[in-house]
Amino acid sequence: MTAHFLQVQDLTKRFSGKNQTPLTVFDKVSFNIDKGEFVCIIGHSGCGKSTIMNTLSGLDSPTSGGVIMDGKEVSGPSLDRGIVFQNYSLLPWLSALDNVRFGVKARWPSWSKAQIKQHSLDYLELVGLKGAENRKPAQLSGGMRQRVSIARAFATQPKLLLLDEPFGALDALTRGVIQDELVKICVKTHQTVFMITHDVDEAILLSDRILLMSNGPNAVIAESVTVDIPKPRQRGDIIKNPGYYTLRNHLVDFLVNRSASSHYKEQTRPLMSNPIKSQLSKEKSEPLAPRSCAVSEILPTGT
Amino acid sequence: MLSVSQKAALVSMIFLLVVIGFWEANSQPPKAQEALSEYELLMGGADQEARIPPPSAIAVKAWEELSDPFYDKGPNDKGIGIQLAYSISRVLSGYLLAAFIAIPIGFVIGMSPLMYRALNPYIQILRPISPLAWMPLALFIIKDSETSAIFVIFICSIWPMLINTAFGVASVRRDWINVARTHELSPLRTALTVILPAAAPTILTGMRISIGIAWLVIVAAEMLVGGTGIGYYVWNEWNNLDLTSVIFFDFNDRSGRHVVGPRTQ
Ligand SMILES: Nc1ncnc2c1ncn2[C@@H]1O[C@H](COP(=O)(O)OP(=O)(O)O)[C@@H](O)[C@H]1O
Ligand SMILES: [Mg+2]
Repeated sequence: MTAHFLQVQDLTKRFSGKNQTPLTVFDKVSFNIDKGEFVCIIGHSGCGKSTIMNTLSGLDSPTSGGVIMDGKEVSGPSLDRGIVFQNYSLLPWLSALDNVRFGVKARWPSWSKAQIKQHSLDYLELVGLKGAENRKPAQLSGGMRQRVSIARAFATQPKLLLLDEPFGALDALTRGVIQDELVKICVKTHQTVFMITHDVDEAILLSDRILLMSNGPNAVIAESVTVDIPKPRQRGDIIKNPGYYTLRNHLVDFLVNRSASSHYKEQTRPLMSNPIKSQLSKEKSEPLAPRSCAVSEILPTGT
Repeated sequence: MLSVSQKAALVSMIFLLVVIGFWEANSQPPKAQEALSEYELLMGGADQEARIPPPSAIAVKAWEELSDPFYDKGPNDKGIGIQLAYSISRVLSGYLLAAFIAIPIGFVIGMSPLMYRALNPYIQILRPISPLAWMPLALFIIKDSETSAIFVIFICSIWPMLINTAFGVASVRRDWINVARTHELSPLRTALTVILPAAAPTILTGMRISIGIAWLVIVAAEMLVGGTGIGYYVWNEWNNLDLTSVIFFDFNDRSGRHVVGPRTQ
């Protein structure tokens, strides 16, 4: 077995309340992430994306199955996994700088005060918040809060960065700015990232691979779509890439038409697909189907 | 144009003048209409009738007391400053003792559902007991009036702090706890750097309620245990039938309360 950086094996999460029928959010989900990879997961609201992320982070434990990161089983939260929560989760009584410092101090308790401060300031500057470091979260805009939250996660230099719809609440303009910053940071640091999003364009811009999650309950990772567009990508340029629209249509088609399909229910491994490559090779050698699975005819593989 | 606060000050002044004027006008000794009978002369005239003293008399008394607040002429005659100091020191020692015990226990109750369930019945039973009802028991067990007064302050100020701390700690947002968990903070560091600041507003509310109750109770407690303190003094002056002093001390009590707990209502 090749050792992937992160291995998710047969992960199942069931919520069983006192007086309600047990809800199996996702069932036997398995996927891998390699070092330095940027993986996005897309799915409809309520399908269990945040629940998967909580399990990966160790905040929540799975009903069955397991997560192995860097050869070690995930059994609780760790500084090796930095999280940017959906609602930022900044501590409102601390300034922007102190929020970042909170993380840095936890990561390197032996550092001197000056060293901790300098490191924190560097990361605030990285996300473009120089000059706002003494403001409290309440005095920052939504976008700035999100950046503080990103700085806090990045500053601890985790092995894996987990982002839960980090740009969901931002306006399009701010979102673009922070996405660009995220791309820059990831290029610079070769960060391994697992990100939840519901924005198809964002997923294409940022990821190496996109996981498509079927609707819950009993959700599974239906497909793993490789994004074959060279990096680094520019927002303006990627739409000119010949495969961009094929890929985009493929994703949108999944969300609109196929995500509710019960085909996926018995599937244990995500179906691998690479719409761009298959489209390009289709153009070159037309009647020959280059891959066993064409984009338009997704078949369950498990059976 | 006057600002709202200036207008409010003006209206307040008018109210004050009206009330004081009314009070002054209605508490003058009645003018003897006819010549006093021999009997009345013997009894000291109509003036002897018990009557609420007018504000002017209270002002004179206040000036007298405030111009020399720290005189000490034996156990029954001490200056208002000394009396106040006794009361404040009792309130503060009982209150601080309560804070030292209530806040840590409140933390434990708030953080552990098990401890919450285990201790809740006792809290529910003990809390509604009137603070002064503890007095006889305290006097009997402790056998020292000074300590008993402090104990009564302690017992009456412990509940709001305990309950508010437990509530504040229990309702710290899950997200913030998760931030602490993902940064691998120890339970102690989590309590100090995340839970304490997050629950601080609720804890402070509890502390404010407590000091207010403590100051209400100290006057009653001192009336019972006697010796020193403004509660004792009010009672003493009442026994001396010196209503002017009683009213002066009552006002003074308000200002004393401002000394210990500036924002109690
Ligand atoms: N603590 C919980 N108890 C019971 N059900 C939960 C709990 N947390 C989430 N769920 C359910 O799990 C499903 C997935 O939620 P979530 O992971 O937040 O979805 P999303 O993909 O939008 O992030 C939802 O149907 C939600 O109601
Ligand atoms: Mg979510």
